[in-house]
Amino acid sequence: MPQILVQDLSKSYLVSEREAGAWGAVKGLVRRRRRVIDALKSVSFSLERGELLGFIGPNGAGKSTTIKILSAILRPSSGRCEVEGLVPWRDRIRHVARIGVVFGQRTQLWWDLPVIDGFELLRDIYRVGEADYRKSLDAMVGLMHLERLLDQPVRQLSLGQRMRCEIAAAMLHRPAILFLDEPTIGLDAPSKLAVREFVGTLNRESGVTVILTTHDMHDIEALAQRVIVIGNGVILADTSFERLRAEVLTERRLFIEFAGAAPALAIAGVKVRSREGNSIELAFDPRQLPAPELIGRITAEYDLLDFKLEQPRIEEVIAHFYNLHGATEA
Amino acid sequence: MRVRPYLTVFRMRFALMLQYRAAALAGFGTQCWWGFIKVMVFAAFFRGTLTRQPMNLAQAITYVWLGQAFLVLLPWAADPEIAEMVRTGNVAYDRLRPLDTYFFWYVRAMAWMVARAVPRCAMMFAFAAILMPIVGLGDWRLRMPSNLEASALFAGAIAGVVLLSSALVMLVNLACVITLSERGANALIVPLVLALSGSIVPLPFFPNWMQPFLFVQPFAGLVDIPYRIYFGGLSGWVAIAGLAQMFGWTIVLVFGGHRAMTAAMNRLQVQGG
Repeated sequence: MPQILVQDLSKSYLVSEREAGAWGAVKGLVRRRRRVIDALKSVSFSLERGELLGFIGPNGAGKSTTIKILSAILRPSSGRCEVEGLVPWRDRIRHVARIGVVFGQRTQLWWDLPVIDGFELLRDIYRVGEADYRKSLDAMVGLMHLERLLDQPVRQLSLGQRMRCEIAAAMLHRPAILFLDEPTIGLDAPSKLAVREFVGTLNRESGVTVILTTHDMHDIEALAQRVIVIGNGVILADTSFERLRAEVLTERRLFIEFAGAAPALAIAGVKVRSREGNSIELAFDPRQLPAPELIGRITAEYDLLDFKLEQPRIEEVIAHFYNLHGATEA
Repeated sequence: MRVRPYLTVFRMRFALMLQYRAAALAGFGTQCWWGFIKVMVFAAFFRGTLTRQPMNLAQAITYVWLGQAFLVLLPWAADPEIAEMVRTGNVAYDRLRPLDTYFFWYVRAMAWMVARAVPRCAMMFAFAAILMPIVGLGDWRLRMPSNLEASALFAGAIAGVVLLSSALVMLVNLACVITLSERGANALIVPLVLALSGSIVPLPFFPNWMQPFLFVQPFAGLVDIPYRIYFGGLSGWVAIAGLAQMFGWTIVLVFGGHRAMTAAMNRLQVQGG
């Protein structure tokens, strides 16, 4: 039995709409138009203890909805879901005591209280014993470098500092499973690195199962062994990051600067992405035409000043992948 | 259900709310001002009436000052913390706590009201019961309870007010969760409290035929019943019946509110983010 089991999970929302403008508002008084939005359509996956799963997809794909169902905040419209043998929404109180959740766009710490007071409140809410609390707190403070933050009111923390405290807060009761919904959103580079390092350590050393949603592919690259790509409420891919990368990231880009005006190259399997003055940008698949061969063929015919070979950026590739599956947000 | 987490939640909110000293002072100032206006209205009324009234002027004045002292114990609005969470969607985080959400919010509402009431109440008693006689305004003062029995019953009644009022705040909170805004619910609760609790006009001044209804409806337990117990207007078995109706309503409202909360949470939608 896997630790997390999701089977044919669906969730639809009812949203009210009205036409734009004053007349639309008046019409809205009499008759409301309702539209059903299928946020999740029959999603299935399972997770073993200690896995670190990256959940990616465009905005509105259903990532957060999945996390919210797994953490008992929402009820699905249909389907099955079990976490450590419990159905989250049916056994909410027991279930939530065993999980930790961080929403990058919200705060769970009390705005006006010093961080440490918030931690102590959580200690009592989760009924953590004093000895266990001390141990967790020391571990978190060490890992996340929180020593100097504990006595500060939450509202005075920077976003990066706050996010470190948020994750620590979610781990105080030592949950076996951690859900992170966009934990690096809006963070600067050092804070992102700190969060990644911390999540990685928790997963490797304490065996915490992690589900992470993000739009930052570097988070996924640094952390996730496994990636689920979701779009329009459907799972598009469930694979390892290396496989995903190899599948979608085959393309290479070749930038060439010619001695004279750039020629209109016509080579089978090579796409001209742009041509301007002396320079040209080509896209090709190295499995069909290896880079050395392509360069050789061009240098044989033309005088080159310079060239540069690149892989497309991972963000670009993912965007392409979403497009391919018609998964970009309507 | 273990009690300790709820006690901690209460303690934290209580401590946090006690910090707002400026608000307490400002509130106290406003309540003195309105208190005087109400006292003068009563004085004018009693001077102009020849018929026998359900309470005398001294009792009416005591009733007014008590109302000013315990004003923030009334369910005037949704708990602003909950309203804020409903607006921002942070309700999601409260659902992640291994607590019964209804009682989690109930103790918070209770702490919110009690912490605001304690300083205001202390200042109001010091002002209206002690300071006013000293400066020669003894006729307009807040008098002490009529006897020991009334004091004991009143202590119970104030505890009852806190429990009942928290249950009513929870209903407003719930309306706020369902409508996603505190405005509508707050606009509805204020006139109900004003009219039915006796906070503007003590309920005995309403026509006789309305009295049975006024005595059994839940808002009477917020103002009218406890204050009349205080000055001995309700005593003996009638006072006990008053207390019983307060606690009875509290149980009904908590039970109903708890069920409504479960239903509302099952339909909860937290979008975006």
